[in-house]
Amino acid sequence: MATTTVDRTARTRNDASVAARKRAKSPYSNWFYLPAAIIYGVLFAVPTLTSFYFSLTRWSVFDSKFIGLQNYVTFFQEPGLVSGLWHTLLYGVVTSGLKVVLGMLLAVLLTSQIVARGYLRSVVFFPVLVSTIGVGLMFTVLMNPERGLINQSLSIFGITGPGWLTDPHLALFSVALVDVWKGVGLATLIYIAGIVSIPQEYFEAARMDGASSWNTFRSIIIPLARPATVTVIILSLIGGLRSFDLIWSMTRGGPGFTSDVIASVIYKQYQAGFYGLSTAGNVILFVLVTAIVLPLSRFLNRKEVEL
Amino acid sequence: MRLRQISVAVLATSTLLLGACSAGSLGSSDDSGGGKVTLSFLVDNGPETVKAAEQLAKDFTAKNPNVTIKVDTRPQGTEGDNLVKTRLSTSSMSDLFQYNTGSLFQALAPQKNLVSVNDGSWVGSLDKNFSITVTSDNKVYGAPWGQFMAGAILYNKDVYSKLGLQVPKSWDEFMANNAKIKASGVDPVIQTYQETWTSQLFILGDMHNVLAADPQWADKYTKNQAKYATTPAALEGFQHLQDVHDAGYENKDFASAKITDGLRYLAQGKGAQYPMLSGQLSQLIAENPGSENKIGLFAIPGTDASKNGLTVWSPSGVYIPVSTTGAKLDAAKKFLAFIASPEGCTSYTAASKPTGPFAVKGCSLPADVPPAVKDLQGYIDAGTSSLALEFLSPVKGPALEQICVEVGSGIRKADAGAKLYDEDVKKQAQQLGLEGW
Repeated sequence: MATTTVDRTARTRNDASVAARKRAKSPYSNWFYLPAAIIYGVLFAVPTLTSFYFSLTRWSVFDSKFIGLQNYVTFFQEPGLVSGLWHTLLYGVVTSGLKVVLGMLLAVLLTSQIVARGYLRSVVFFPVLVSTIGVGLMFTVLMNPERGLINQSLSIFGITGPGWLTDPHLALFSVALVDVWKGVGLATLIYIAGIVSIPQEYFEAARMDGASSWNTFRSIIIPLARPATVTVIILSLIGGLRSFDLIWSMTRGGPGFTSDVIASVIYKQYQAGFYGLSTAGNVILFVLVTAIVLPLSRFLNRKEVEL
Repeated sequence: MRLRQISVAVLATSTLLLGACSAGSLGSSDDSGGGKVTLSFLVDNGPETVKAAEQLAKDFTAKNPNVTIKVDTRPQGTEGDNLVKTRLSTSSMSDLFQYNTGSLFQALAPQKNLVSVNDGSWVGSLDKNFSITVTSDNKVYGAPWGQFMAGAILYNKDVYSKLGLQVPKSWDEFMANNAKIKASGVDPVIQTYQETWTSQLFILGDMHNVLAADPQWADKYTKNQAKYATTPAALEGFQHLQDVHDAGYENKDFASAKITDGLRYLAQGKGAQYPMLSGQLSQLIAENPGSENKIGLFAIPGTDASKNGLTVWSPSGVYIPVSTTGAKLDAAKKFLAFIASPEGCTSYTAASKPTGPFAVKGCSLPADVPPAVKDLQGYIDAGTSSLALEFLSPVKGPALEQICVEVGSGIRKADAGAKLYDEDVKKQAQQLGLEGW
């Protein structure tokens, strides 16, 4: 105890001179960073670093054995991996593309002078607030090919609906559609903020020059809402690439492996007790998401500056 | 002033950290005051399992008023496996738990995580076929939960007698029956892929036929000398699954049906045959009253009618984790002895109709067992039965259910499925550190 006190007084004296210089800037001590730093370190930094180590081991919960890069070799030889990667990309691109298009259109509609605008805005946003697992389970019931509400409604019009979640060619897209339904509210919200912040003068000037609403949309809203577009693309792409909960609650990667994405491949390995292997998968997923999103974000943001 | 700030900060942080740490040990609540002991008992969430667990807990407390047993449930399948392993490794397992025997039991690293019950006097009264599936390093770790089961085909006897069909002994006879059943407008084979584990029966339940062709197959398989894809008798199971799909013999909603639907179709005669574990009979009877005498059972037919026989599953076990100590450990051992006694069998029977022979000597089946159970007993009495692969070899891949769904839905061909499964088990064998992989 005594030593720590001495230590602390020493440090306090050192800090005093530094703090003296900084006092004008900030009245608070740097020690206030400590709680956050410790929590961040224990709950985030340490697990992240140990996971790099454990990805190099054959790890059953009870013990671990160092095996070098073997896990990465196995992971890349995994037959489900190639299709899983492809599904992940497909899912990320489809969901983020649809969210951009639908979000933009809905935002234009909801910023124009229409009846019950406030009510409609909340309706569009509402699905964002619902739990993903709840949404997944609800749509699993709705999409049941024989007893689900969707196909029963279609049959009234004489259409035989497909097996939304049981047809191997459709399952992934059905889940992607539900993801869009759930996530488009957030995209719309971001776009509304983007569009509202465009100064009214531009619209007035355009109207003076006799621009049609299409012209206004093309030449004013789309370019000036670019920051919003960048945010929506980045957010929904990251979300799509690491998407798991919705897919798991709706299809568990099935039928068979036809809607497996990387995250569900990893989860299944974890469930099977291949902890080292699935940790290696997580490291790969981390690298993959960074490799896609970082350059994309640079690229999109540079465009914004040039504009 | 500054010092006080620091100490406040440190204090606040350490309180936070302490709070974070103690969350892990919430699972074990110690309230063993006044000689009374409360044991928590984790079982899978199958309705019949829960009923039986609660009955046994009640009857045990009636005999031992000082011990109360609280039943908790967990999911089945791989999700449950994961939960059990995680709780064992974090020492937050309940005081007793029910779990599979055989390869899944071995994967729990019993020497390290479970309390051996070798010293219990009841261990001698266990059926050998059961005790080897809960033995690790010559020590017994579990008491039997429920009864032996068969992986077989449950069939609707009314449909069979109406169409004048005979129980098939070979795959050709089975397919011939299917053609007649299909022609009469009944679905010949029920499949329920919404619960993926139900897809594996044609392969796992075919083990007796594989062993009939090569009695050493399981050993060779463990040593990486035999493969599903390259052993014709073993590949057969995958081929059967594909045949049934190709011929259009599955119920139309096979992809979206659940096990409850499958059992109902069978009981109502909408479907004629359901490859299933006989343990599901108790659920079938409980959910479809009046159907118990309509259902029969036959072994999954193979190529050779003369060698046809039944593949049998050992009951699951009840284990004590090493985290159970002191008075709780004594009470838990007592409860295991109760489970593995004729009294325990009676108590189990009171809650859930037995669907196969008990693994405890001195336990007998009631006289009024359903006909399917009599069929099962017939195979065992005749000596034409083998244990399933998971009790003969620790090698079982995690993706078999998904592969079976693909083969049974026409997404993947049988030989490709078998090959993929051979790849899948490699990871498991390496994880277990087996020789030759």
